Amino acid sequence: MEKLKFERPFIKKITTGLPAKFGMKNRIEVVNNIDGLPVEELMNDYGSPVFVISERTLRQTISEARLAFSTRYPLVQFAWSYKTNYLDAVCRVFHQEGSWAEVVSIFEYKKALQNGVPGAQIIFNGPDKSAEDLELAINNNSLIHIDHFDELYMLAELSKKTQKKSKVAIRVNMDTGIYPQWDRFGFNYENGEAWEALNRILLNQHLDLVGLHTHIGTYITSPSAYRTAASKLANLVVEIRNKYNHAIQYIDMGGGFASQNTLRGSYLQGYDAAPSFDEYADAISSALINSAIRPDSLPLLILETGRALVDNAGYLLTSVLANKRLADGRRATIIDAGVNILFTSFWYDHTISPTRFDNDHTEETTIYGPLCMNIDCIRPAIVLPLLKKGDRLVVQRVGAYNMTQWLQFITMRPNIVLIDTHGKTHLIRKGETVETIKQQEQLPKHLE
Amino acid sequence: MLKLNKNIAISDTGYVFDPSIGESYTLNPIGLEIVELLKANKTDNEIKSIILERYDVDDATFERYYIDFTGMLKNYQLAKDE
Amino acid sequence: MSRKPVTIAVTGLNNIDSPGPGIPVIRGLRESAFFEPRIVGLAYEKLEPGIFMHDLVDKTYMVPYPSEGSNALIERVLEIHRQEKIDVLIPNFDAELYAFMKSAEVLRKAGIATFLPTIAQFEERHKSNLPEYGERYGLDIPKSQAVGTLEELEKAVKEYDFPVMIKGKYYDAYIVQNLQQAQNYFFKISAKWGTPVIVQEYIIGTELNVTALGDGEGNTTGAVAMRKTYITDKGKAWGGITIDEPRLLDITNKVMQQTKWRGGMEIEMIKSNDKIYIIEINPRIPAWVYLAVGAGQNHPEALAKLALGMKVEPFESYEVGKMFVRYSYDMIVSIKELEKLTINGEL
Repeated sequence: MEKLKFERPFIKKITTGLPAKFGMKNRIEVVNNIDGLPVEELMNDYGSPVFVISERTLRQTISEARLAFSTRYPLVQFAWSYKTNYLDAVCRVFHQEGSWAEVVSIFEYKKALQNGVPGAQIIFNGPDKSAEDLELAINNNSLIHIDHFDELYMLAELSKKTQKKSKVAIRVNMDTGIYPQWDRFGFNYENGEAWEALNRILLNQHLDLVGLHTHIGTYITSPSAYRTAASKLANLVVEIRNKYNHAIQYIDMGGGFASQNTLRGSYLQGYDAAPSFDEYADAISSALINSAIRPDSLPLLILETGRALVDNAGYLLTSVLANKRLADGRRATIIDAGVNILFTSFWYDHTISPTRFDNDHTEETTIYGPLCMNIDCIRPAIVLPLLKKGDRLVVQRVGAYNMTQWLQFITMRPNIVLIDTHGKTHLIRKGETVETIKQQEQLPKHLE
Repeated sequence: MLKLNKNIAISDTGYVFDPSIGESYTLNPIGLEIVELLKANKTDNEIKSIILERYDVDDATFERYYIDFTGMLKNYQLAKDE
Repeated sequence: MSRKPVTIAVTGLNNIDSPGPGIPVIRGLRESAFFEPRIVGLAYEKLEPGIFMHDLVDKTYMVPYPSEGSNALIERVLEIHRQEKIDVLIPNFDAELYAFMKSAEVLRKAGIATFLPTIAQFEERHKSNLPEYGERYGLDIPKSQAVGTLEELEKAVKEYDFPVMIKGKYYDAYIVQNLQQAQNYFFKISAKWGTPVIVQEYIIGTELNVTALGDGEGNTTGAVAMRKTYITDKGKAWGGITIDEPRLLDITNKVMQQTKWRGGMEIEMIKSNDKIYIIEINPRIPAWVYLAVGAGQNHPEALAKLALGMKVEPFESYEVGKMFVRYSYDMIVSIKELEKLTINGEL
């Protein structure tokens, strides 16, 4: 007689709560392949844990975003936000799709140049630009977004010295009705600081004001905040035209579009809370088109969205190391990927999917990473099938920030694999070895 | 030997009711099977051989999950060692 | 005239001390002279009392929480629909409205009618958006601020005289008398609902409420005003009486007309000296709606008719001085029922 398939025996207490309106339950979604490639095979080939990026999803997402904006506004340009994911392979996919580069440090700036982005298509943002950095940017005709007055004066001086006009924009911060209001970057709209900066730039013959920039926050789920921001920038465009007869060439709305990840503590699932590209595009385009800007001089609309373009394309494949019981009987599961490589688990309830789900039985468990550190907790509570050692799990939507903010801590950072649009895999960043790390270290003579 | 509390009601759907404290539980099919065997006063070893006979599982794997499962029965105070 | 058979799915069967509106809505439907309803209850938890009220609810199905994602909830509703052929769905929880509004079109195509506000209407009356709402529509709203840190809380609290109200994004509201209490509730609320927490000026006066129904074209189909005569420690009405204050209805009409509200709504107001402030707008029928039925306006019936695309003549009046007194009642339930519900997900 053939033997029955074994599953582990299991008992679950029935909790008869009342509708607390704040349930922690989750639906089980099985993910056993990525773009048709079996998870098991990917992990056999590239190890565990391993990051996987789907080129197909990258290209699909950017084209969806492009379609949403270009059907509503005549002139649209995306600029890839390097800090979100600056792996060369990822950046080049976006550049092939027509994106410029948006960088916030000289490190990112140089990476963009090496990725073949023309200097004039690099937007240089952020509060940290040295005189040397700025000179390079001026000479390359890059778009320099001024963050503070000290930078403005330094730039004026450098432009005078090099006898080359800098192409500049200012970053404007403002009240868009959302909370919290980001006011640490750029010049404030409401208190007149932005105008003070604009006056100084427009009266300075070495500076060429080409654009206006804002970036209202991160993970913004209300498109109306973008509507407010776009109309405030449009007002500035009109007032600059009236006062100086100067045309602004572009409005850069920054990023901050939400991805479909679920914020920790959020009641709604991320894919329910996050607006679509169409909703953002509608808010921004209609604000600009309905503004007092003359239709024949509508500025180019630049978007620096990062998270919403790349999050969905990234997966982290990981394995169960062990199951255990906590002191009060609760289940805990240890996996081989920790918070050091999945930084976003500090603010997201990541969707973690099993690769198989053979019956209806589930249990609530806490997912811990492998680090010998108390903070290494990936999900405080998640409902999963009954897991066994060696089972594979897929953490979904990890494309943004993890591969840039990750830490080499206790363990080494793993391989990153790209699946191209033909379903072929490519190793795009080699996993670190002890040698990789030791390479940077130097031993003083007396300790050799 | 692990002993299941006497007054526990187990339905054939895997629904368990503990009348002493009023809690209810559900079991998966193999969990139900083990609980039924415990109720019939089978020893750990008898249960093991019955399950190994019927299911596609090795000794060590079963033992690991059996200990975990019976741990939960004890945790919920549905059974105790005697 | 024979009554029209109709299958209506209703959520919010939690008829507990802080009740959901499901059971009062069902009672209104049951008393309809027009409909002969089959009531399908949709429950999130196994102990929602309505599940066991077999004279009011014909059959109950368990459904997944909206926090599991609207897809899971809608799929389950459609699965139930294949068995029950639901004509109308009346959701009664704030937290689930979003999912149902978003999927109204999917449900309609499947043959399930709803009568819900649009997402934009739903969003703009959110507690944290109320000040702008008041400005936009020319309504008096107490001053309030959204705060996320202790510093902001302290600053905001100082702007108003004590007492002030500390409120959560979705639920919970406390009156505090000093900064320390404010801080305590700030932690309590932010731990439960996240930030921002809302600090609101406390208006001293009489709280008055209106339950109303908008037809989506700017007309008020029905509106009944009441004062809570007894409030529990959870802030819920345990008794109330219908009142005659034309200004409440004027404000209600104004809100309905300007926002073109579609569906049920509860407006909480405070009459202070001679001014009437709106303190909250709930985007659904309140749990005390049965008082409206008793006073001559069957809002649940009218809502079901509107959902089915029928023409509904607006109610002109209601009986003033009608009271409701809430009570609790212990039902006897067999554990077999709980077992059935647990194993099969339906009862």
